[in-house]
Amino acid sequence: MIKIDCPFCGVRDHSEFSYGGDGSIEWPALDASASDWVTAVYERDNIRGKQWETWHHLYGCRQWLLVERDTLTHEIHTVKLAHSGCGQLSR
Amino acid sequence: MSATRVDGYGWSLGAATLNFSWDGTRYQGREGDTLASALLVNNVGPIGRSFKYHRPRGITSAGVEESGALVTVGQGDRRDPNVRATTQTLYEGLQAYGQNAWPNVRYDAGAINNVMGRFFAAGFYYKTFFGLPPFDTGSGTGVWMKYESLIRKAAGMGSASTAPDPDHYEHAHGFCDVLVVGSGPAGRRAASVAVQSGLNVWLVEQDSAFGGTDLSATDNRQQLIGQSIAELEAAGVTLLKRTTAFGLYDNAVAGLLERVTDHEADPSPWLPRQRFWTVRATRIILATGALERGYAFAHNDRPGVMTPSAAATYLNRYGVLAGQTICIGTNNDSAYRTATDLAKAGAVVTLLDARTRLQHPQLSDAAKAAGVNVRLRSLPGKALGRCSVTGVKTAVLAGREWRAQSRIACDALLVSGGWSPVVHLLSHRGVRPVWNETLQAFLPGETSEPISVCGSAAGYWSEQQCLDSGEAAAHDAVDAMAGVTGTATISVPLGWDNPIAPLYALNIDTRSGQTKAFVDLQHDVTSSDIALAHREGFVSVEHMKRYTTLGMANDQGKNGNVIGLALLADALGTAIDSVGTTTFRPPYTPVAIGALAGPHKGSHFRPLRRTPLHAWNLAAGGTLIEAGLWQRPWYFKQTNESLEETYSREARVTRQRVGLCDVTSLGKIAVQGPDAAEFLDRVYTNPFKTLQPGRARYGIMLRDDGMVFDDGTTWCLSPTDYFMTTTTAHAGAVLQRLEELLQVRWPELRVHVSSVTDQWAGVSVAGPLARQVLEQCVADAETVSDAALPFMGVIDTELQHAIPARIARISFSGELGYEVYTPSGFGPEMMTQLWTEAQAVGGCLYGLEALNTLRIEKGHVTGAELDGNITLQDAGLGNMGASSKAYVGSVLKDRPELRREDRPSLVGLSPVNTSERFNAGSLLYAPDKVGGHPIGWVTGVTFSPQYDHWIGIGYIEGGATAWPTTDIVCTDPIRGAQTTVRVSTAHRYDPEGARVRG
Ligand SMILES: [Zn+2]
Repeated sequence: MIKIDCPFCGVRDHSEFSYGGDGSIEWPALDASASDWVTAVYERDNIRGKQWETWHHLYGCRQWLLVERDTLTHEIHTVKLAHSGCGQLSR
Repeated sequence: MSATRVDGYGWSLGAATLNFSWDGTRYQGREGDTLASALLVNNVGPIGRSFKYHRPRGITSAGVEESGALVTVGQGDRRDPNVRATTQTLYEGLQAYGQNAWPNVRYDAGAINNVMGRFFAAGFYYKTFFGLPPFDTGSGTGVWMKYESLIRKAAGMGSASTAPDPDHYEHAHGFCDVLVVGSGPAGRRAASVAVQSGLNVWLVEQDSAFGGTDLSATDNRQQLIGQSIAELEAAGVTLLKRTTAFGLYDNAVAGLLERVTDHEADPSPWLPRQRFWTVRATRIILATGALERGYAFAHNDRPGVMTPSAAATYLNRYGVLAGQTICIGTNNDSAYRTATDLAKAGAVVTLLDARTRLQHPQLSDAAKAAGVNVRLRSLPGKALGRCSVTGVKTAVLAGREWRAQSRIACDALLVSGGWSPVVHLLSHRGVRPVWNETLQAFLPGETSEPISVCGSAAGYWSEQQCLDSGEAAAHDAVDAMAGVTGTATISVPLGWDNPIAPLYALNIDTRSGQTKAFVDLQHDVTSSDIALAHREGFVSVEHMKRYTTLGMANDQGKNGNVIGLALLADALGTAIDSVGTTTFRPPYTPVAIGALAGPHKGSHFRPLRRTPLHAWNLAAGGTLIEAGLWQRPWYFKQTNESLEETYSREARVTRQRVGLCDVTSLGKIAVQGPDAAEFLDRVYTNPFKTLQPGRARYGIMLRDDGMVFDDGTTWCLSPTDYFMTTTTAHAGAVLQRLEELLQVRWPELRVHVSSVTDQWAGVSVAGPLARQVLEQCVADAETVSDAALPFMGVIDTELQHAIPARIARISFSGELGYEVYTPSGFGPEMMTQLWTEAQAVGGCLYGLEALNTLRIEKGHVTGAELDGNITLQDAGLGNMGASSKAYVGSVLKDRPELRREDRPSLVGLSPVNTSERFNAGSLLYAPDKVGGHPIGWVTGVTFSPQYDHWIGIGYIEGGATAWPTTDIVCTDPIRGAQTTVRVSTAHRYDPEGARVRG
């Protein structure tokens, strides 16, 4: 079972969380070009090793988190809030 | 076989006699027996029939690795198939049955398969039915179809009950510093050291008693075990027996199955049958022991063939001497102690040892002193007898060749080919075991996870080494918990005093191929199957395993895997470690589906959501229906009405007068903050910055890829406070999406969203008399006048008795309509007020079915239309996409493929013959091409009281204009219906919208 150390709630089982998706996407502006949007929506690297992901603490604080996870070992290296405005918040 | 109970043995036995039945015949056993020991001592004959060949099988072990004595326990809805008799505690009144045999395991008609054996070798099915369904669907003559049921009947294990499981199961969670798996000498020592160091320790044991190998020891260790368990308990160790750690998962999480009442004759009704534990440990110590394996030789599956350690367990633990004249074959030292025990208990014992000489003859000397006839360079080469062993043909080593020698009569044959550490749990973590040539065993590999292995699971055979390794594992755990580098050291496994001789198969039969030597008893995989797989090119262990089905039965290769690997290595002319090993996956032993489901079944399968009007709806005669998690009113039936008559009446009365419907389940989200308008403007396809306080607007959200995500109305309460409604189905997903957008993408927006679905009770008041009803219910009738509350207007007001209410003039039905919300607690009172007035003007209550009728007549889309593959254009909502602004999905929705004119788009459907009905889910075809990929599909149908015939809504390529006069074929292949329909605009009822503005 994957455990995620939520900055608000502490270490919790992954069953409390909902997986979002690729956390490394640079989302284009809403009026950006179609090719920028195609890249952002469809083009994914299939990473073997560490990757950034978004997870939502659905049954907890409902914060979206950026999680650095190893796709091979499920080891989680970093967890931080996705909202940059809360970046300085720490437990 | 003539097993007997021996006085002075049986450390685990109690005094009581227990009655049980086997295949309908009554027998007696003793308290403390397993079903296997009781069947053994009663000499019942064959206990099972093998999977493919229906060969008679007996008890092969005394534990979870059992391959022969798989039986069915219980009757009716409590029938439990494939129970290992060796792990089933005997209880008064237990009923057990043989399986995979007809009429019974003694006289089995299916045994003819044994004679036909060559037709059932590895790959038989693949070869025979290749090119035929299901291996190659679309061709062939149905030969497979014809034989499938016969084959399935003939090959198999027991059959499960098809009745619902009457037992209940529990899910539980545990937390500890150290989880120790296995209560043998190593596990108990590890637990003891860990708990003395102040750690919170759990010790779990799959057996019905703590003790591990101590339970089967030559000397009676009951007192020693009892004392050490009492000490652990006093020190605070959590002790669970009958509890199997069946799987290890990430972060030292273990899955345990506790069999709470499976051993009881009359279980308490309030106890669960089994308890499924999720244990979160910081460290795990595996003291899971080792399993003794046999080797492949002719007829090594005969009833009466078992491992020496099993015979030792039956004697010492259960007081059952497996035979009177016993032959033992071994390649290692462990069988000598058993031989000595058996001889001392009165058996005539011959021990054949494959090894040529013993450097350390102490064990051998002791056996000889007890009367055991020890022969070196010898092995059992073939088991004699049919339904039970009557003797062996021995083999003798001449140079490097094994040659047939003589016959020995015996009624029990014990064979040991060595020991396999139980590395399964570590294998669950992806850790590959490492072959140890000296021990002829796979030992646990290195892991960086907080898991240690000790005792014979780590390859330590001597008791002292087991204890030392348990202590070292505990010190490792203590050090790791304290954050210091471990200092505990442990010597390498020393093996036996006399080295083990590799031994996996023996073939002394000149008529090779006529006799079967089994590698995997459960799946009837023989040594020649392995050879055949190799000849046919299945040289990778994973391929060989799948081709022969080795290790894929109930025991998951606990016995046969190592032998199979060794034989494949031999065939390849390479070493075992270069062949590799297969990966063990959870569960270690079978887990009942009921235990996995736990309490989550029936009405507890998922949470139930009731609206605040639930009781009111029921009292008013409503029939409820599940809508997602919600219970919503389906229809309000009057006497003698059919469902169709009911909803037709409800829809008609609503169109003509007024109807009330509980719409509480719609998602409701408070969107608040200085940037709320900007946020909504980005989220919805149409403009929201222009929405004024006191006004509502219908909006559609797209996904990033431009497809429609959800729709609903959003009410502007103030420039910083909006009340968003969503569909019932997507309420959760929309909130999650809004949170993602605010937190991940647009952190600069000062907006807060929160679900207020449960805070408000909502009622739709629809129909030409809706305003009249509302006027009677609000404190001030003027607040709902056409001027004060125009179409798409919103007010905060009060109902009678000062009940706060929020009313929006919006319509899903196409009639003059309002949605009235009060704080949840006032819901029933609001409904009573509205219903009193609606009743007075001849109104009705309506449910989901009539709601559906009204919206299909009107052409409004809902979940079935917005299935995630639909664009705004497809849904006929192209004008909802603002061109003046950018919003989520605005770029990708304009991809050329999504703009094609011939994409399926929303239409209304009517049968040409208006007396006919058709079904939702039907496929639409042009009349000249019926079959294959359809040109459209039906998403919803209803009987329409407005048009007096069945109507539907759906999608068709090019939309209504592409098929203006075509008779479209509407087929429902599943229910076997076919209707001719015409397409029209979906918006057939009051397309100008005059009625909602009335
Ligand atoms: Zn949290």
